[in-house]
Amino acid sequence: MEDATAVHVPAPPVTGWEPRLVGFLCYWCSYTGADSAGTARIKYPPNLDIVKVMCSGRIDPELVATAFAHGADGVLVLGCHIGDCHYISGNHKTMVRMPLLRRLLGDLGIEPGRFRHEWVSAAEGEKFAKLVTEMTEHVRALGPLRWPALLWARGVGHGADLRPWGE
Amino acid sequence: MNMATNGKLKIAMYWAASCGGCDISLLEIGPRLLELIQIADVAFWPCAADFKYTDVLGYPDEALDICFFNGGIRNSEQEEVARLLRRKSRTLIAYGACAGGGGIPALANLTTPRQICDAVYHTNPSIDNPQGVEPEPLYPSPLGELEIPELYPAVLRLADLVPVDYELPGCPPQADRVWEAIQTVAGGAVPPRNRAVKVGCTDKTVCDECPREKKQVKIREFRRHHQMRPEPGWCLLEQGLVCIGPATRGGCGALCLKADMPCEGCYGPPADADDQAASMIGAVGALVEAGTEERAAALVAGIPDPVGSFSRFSLASGLLKVAK
Repeated sequence: MEDATAVHVPAPPVTGWEPRLVGFLCYWCSYTGADSAGTARIKYPPNLDIVKVMCSGRIDPELVATAFAHGADGVLVLGCHIGDCHYISGNHKTMVRMPLLRRLLGDLGIEPGRFRHEWVSAAEGEKFAKLVTEMTEHVRALGPLRWPALLWARGVGHGADLRPWGE
Repeated sequence: MNMATNGKLKIAMYWAASCGGCDISLLEIGPRLLELIQIADVAFWPCAADFKYTDVLGYPDEALDICFFNGGIRNSEQEEVARLLRRKSRTLIAYGACAGGGGIPALANLTTPRQICDAVYHTNPSIDNPQGVEPEPLYPSPLGELEIPELYPAVLRLADLVPVDYELPGCPPQADRVWEAIQTVAGGAVPPRNRAVKVGCTDKTVCDECPREKKQVKIREFRRHHQMRPEPGWCLLEQGLVCIGPATRGGCGALCLKADMPCEGCYGPPADADDQAASMIGAVGALVEAGTEERAAALVAGIPDPVGSFSRFSLASGLLKVAK
């Protein structure tokens, strides 16, 4: 711990670095929209890892924070357009949470472009592909986020003398 | 110091990066202190009596039965004492919000030590420091080299450094909960070693203990305390005051709410949440009626300082912990 600032997690070389994006997509509209992008053979970058959830109202802000904490360079949240929610009002909750979450992430120094929240219907495969392309390029320009390395550099996780007793 | 073999428990209390309120809160158990003293000897409590680190160094390992450690870890001295007390204690309790989740001092994780030093020694309007003096870890004085602790790049929780057996949340922990926890741990109702299990609190939220009525109406506007006079007996959050109760572990008895003040979240995130701020954002989403996206954005813009309000006491135990 004395040398907390001198210890580094070896950073992966920036050459060859690809943005790693995590997407939380609602099952009824946005995931189907992503599917339709594939069916229509629309090209978009392969940088988005999609997590399918039943409703964007189910996307706990903790999921987004966890993705960043584990090293995601960007997070994309997609849900049904307002009025189209399969569960009637799930996305009304998303609509309130996401701008607030964006402010929280901004307070923590995460650039606005790393977190996007949009509505994509089942028919909007093109919009989905465009969003992923835009966001990948935006995050590529911003560079890697690497939250785990940031925590390490600030001294978090070193002591971690959390061995069970008796060892 | 001679470790008396009078059959009494040996207890210790230490104060790291915190305000000192935790030390006072142990005294707040009042007349029960006399009961405590009947079963326990104080073997180390620098705030209350003249103990030195060398006293503790002289104790055999695990000589202290219960150590209450309050405060986060901000510098090298605190880390050293944390490791020392861990070695000398059978049961180590992270006492209070700072030891458990960083507390108020952890809000400094939103800046860097450099920015802190700049503000404190150079740029604050009241600073008069023409030579630009800053504290140095080592100072060669005529009488020999003086050493001061090194400031760490972030405030850590006690559990970030050493295994913690129990956590007693609160800023400060409420006296009745403290007494219950002492009885639980000292009475052997729980094993001396555990993995940062929470004591002196409930698994539910502050709302569960709050006497104010929820009228099941949606929030239409956020306001601050100076802009309104809250209606007595009615949920403050429903009235538009930012109350962190739904994202805060219960145990305090909703004391602030009983005084018409919103919960600030000092008992940390509830049992099923890792990040208090994220948990609160989740709760706000369910309680606000916005109708349109524009209205939703305008409404949440009325909440001042999300990170400072929602993770005021728990930034170091949250998911992201620091600002970039």
